[in-house]
Amino acid sequence: MLKVIQNRLEQGYRTSKYPKEPIELYKRFRGLPKVNSKCDTALVKRCADACPQDAINTETKQIDLGRCVFCGLCETLSEGEFAQFSSNFEMGTSSRDDLFTHGDLPALAEHSKKHFKKLFGRSLQLRQISAGGCNACEADTNVLNTPFFDLQRFGIQFVASPRHADGIHVTGPISQNMRQATITTWESIPSPKVVIASGACAISGGPFYGSSEIIGDLNSLIPVDLYIPGCPPHPLTTLHALLKYFK
Amino acid sequence: MANLMHIQNNERLNRANIPHLDFNSFRKELLDLAANGGQIVQFFAYEDQGTFKLLAIMRHNWKLFVAGCDAPDTFESLTAESEKFHMFEREIGEQYGLKADGHPWLKMVRYHKNYTGKKDVFGNDYSEDIPGKYPYFTVEGETVHEVAVGPVHAGIIEPGHFRFQCCGERVFHLEIQLGYQHRGVEKLLQTVPFKRLPIIAETIAGDTTIGHGLCQAQAIEALAGLKVDEGASIVRTIALEMERIANHIGDLGALSLDVAFNPPAAYFGRIRGEYLNLTQILGGNRFGRGLVRPGGVTHVMGDEQKQLLRDKLAELTPEVEHVNDLIFSAPSVLGRFDGTGTVSHENAEKIGLVGYAGRANGLPYDARVTFPTECYSDLPANENEKTDGDVCSRATVRREEIMHSTALINSLLDRTEEAASYIPQEVELSPDSFVVSINEGWRGEVSHCLLTDEKGDILRYKVKDPSFHNWTGLALSLRDTGISDFPLCNKSFNLSYCGFDI
Repeated sequence: MLKVIQNRLEQGYRTSKYPKEPIELYKRFRGLPKVNSKCDTALVKRCADACPQDAINTETKQIDLGRCVFCGLCETLSEGEFAQFSSNFEMGTSSRDDLFTHGDLPALAEHSKKHFKKLFGRSLQLRQISAGGCNACEADTNVLNTPFFDLQRFGIQFVASPRHADGIHVTGPISQNMRQATITTWESIPSPKVVIASGACAISGGPFYGSSEIIGDLNSLIPVDLYIPGCPPHPLTTLHALLKYFK
Repeated sequence: MANLMHIQNNERLNRANIPHLDFNSFRKELLDLAANGGQIVQFFAYEDQGTFKLLAIMRHNWKLFVAGCDAPDTFESLTAESEKFHMFEREIGEQYGLKADGHPWLKMVRYHKNYTGKKDVFGNDYSEDIPGKYPYFTVEGETVHEVAVGPVHAGIIEPGHFRFQCCGERVFHLEIQLGYQHRGVEKLLQTVPFKRLPIIAETIAGDTTIGHGLCQAQAIEALAGLKVDEGASIVRTIALEMERIANHIGDLGALSLDVAFNPPAAYFGRIRGEYLNLTQILGGNRFGRGLVRPGGVTHVMGDEQKQLLRDKLAELTPEVEHVNDLIFSAPSVLGRFDGTGTVSHENAEKIGLVGYAGRANGLPYDARVTFPTECYSDLPANENEKTDGDVCSRATVRREEIMHSTALINSLLDRTEEAASYIPQEVELSPDSFVVSINEGWRGEVSHCLLTDEKGDILRYKVKDPSFHNWTGLALSLRDTGISDFPLCNKSFNLSYCGFDI
């Protein structure tokens, strides 16, 4: 008993004040990229050719954050001239098209569906589905339940049964072997319901694009309401997106 | 052993120099070595200029051996004589349509069409959804009932299907049927442009980003003749140990939660995140994505990063010690950990458990010691004494390894060599070559094996996650155990679904 008290005192209160106070991530963190739309086309092409995810469009000079895994290679190759990954983790969008970007994402709060805010703003219960995910997205979603983030203080919970849920949060490129289970889980949730695609895999197939063993795009299976980019998305990226979209 | 070739970890070989035996002597050599305590590192099929071949890499007494043979369409199963081969032969059947005749447990591993167009070994029609014709083990009798769980589980975890055959609360047998996470990783690695390889390797199993990323980088370095400087090796070693600490801490917290002792779960849940943040200081990502690349590391560890790491470790280490003490001195915790989910030493050896699961069972194999890469050859090893093969032993090994890894990182931070700045470069793999790469990921032995063709393109890319060995261990640990102890047993192994399903 004494040890319980000792540890409790040592641990203290650790919950973050975000979003009331901003959080500064260490400068090396690769978040929302700033893309130079006036960059020399030859240099953009060099980056596009080298991009492992084929996420750079040479003509529009945009990066597709739905495909990007934030490896930072284009920043290294162009020495920051074409792209610079900032430590800004706020990257959720309500439309797939918005993820093709020069680094200027529309304010998520203004694009969320009004009835979702009304319905789920005070209480949101989500069923998580891992559909071919590598367990990094899953792990950094799970972490939202730890004391630092303490997701439940915002009235948001991950629940066990789809019958208790208001929507699904999907990670992974939807392997062929998880296609049916994903649909069945979604169908088991009473309407109205939301669909969240989390991570490059659920948005575009991520690192596995082109494989015949995956669907690769959740939206082709079930209409997606909220996109959270990243590989995996930082927990704060997910937290920001959930708060802005539903609160 | 006379016909097997002794090789080194990460050594490039000409494929022509690998002993190519006839199937019967290949089979006999492998079985002899297995009977003498040898374990399988890799055993797989591949296609080379229209013919199918088998290749095996085994380890025995600190040494690695390799041999190959032509693969008959149907061959006499090795599993019939040694259980060590059972999962590998199932995989060979599924991937290449080559049937191990006499295999006592010939089932699908993941559920996908084979690569060759040969007749399916399992008689499946793959336009139908998983599980197809999966022959579930059944127990019959009036008092026997079955509990089926998954693929979608009640939490934020990966999918898999479990069937418990029980009598009352007692489990006779647990059948674990996986494959839901299959993404076709090996096929991708063999066909996609070279630039995509590191990204795929890092996502084979997300919690083992560094483990798998390192195996691939080292294999490519061997095939392309790239040298890695000492500074980069230090960063790689620190990253691998940081991955180990973060995962061990998370799991010890979860084990505590599974016996309803909540405070350590909350503390370790947060503290695990602190270690992920340290990896982010090293390379800009909490899981180490984008840090390890063939030829070195993408981020130099300067004085600023070293100091941040040192200071944070100094702050966290006593906290970790105190929380561990809280867990391991609580009688109610030990009462649940002790003697639960025991795998016998004999069975552990038979199925070739690796990593902490093996070490908790008196199988001391640690690839950092046996086949050291990067900085490991001059770092001290951890020797664990508690080897009862139960939940308590697995938890204790992990508690020790957290402190051991912390000491390793601290000693590496004192070294002064700095990595050269990373410059992405075009690499050419040497033709007709072979390499096998082994590292001790946090779960155990991670291994990648690459074969190149006459043009230097990748002919076969074989991935093995430690979970490929250890899932069978979890099934065995449940035998004659209360079904309510499943979460505890499961967490004590914490195996990878995606690493197994690839």
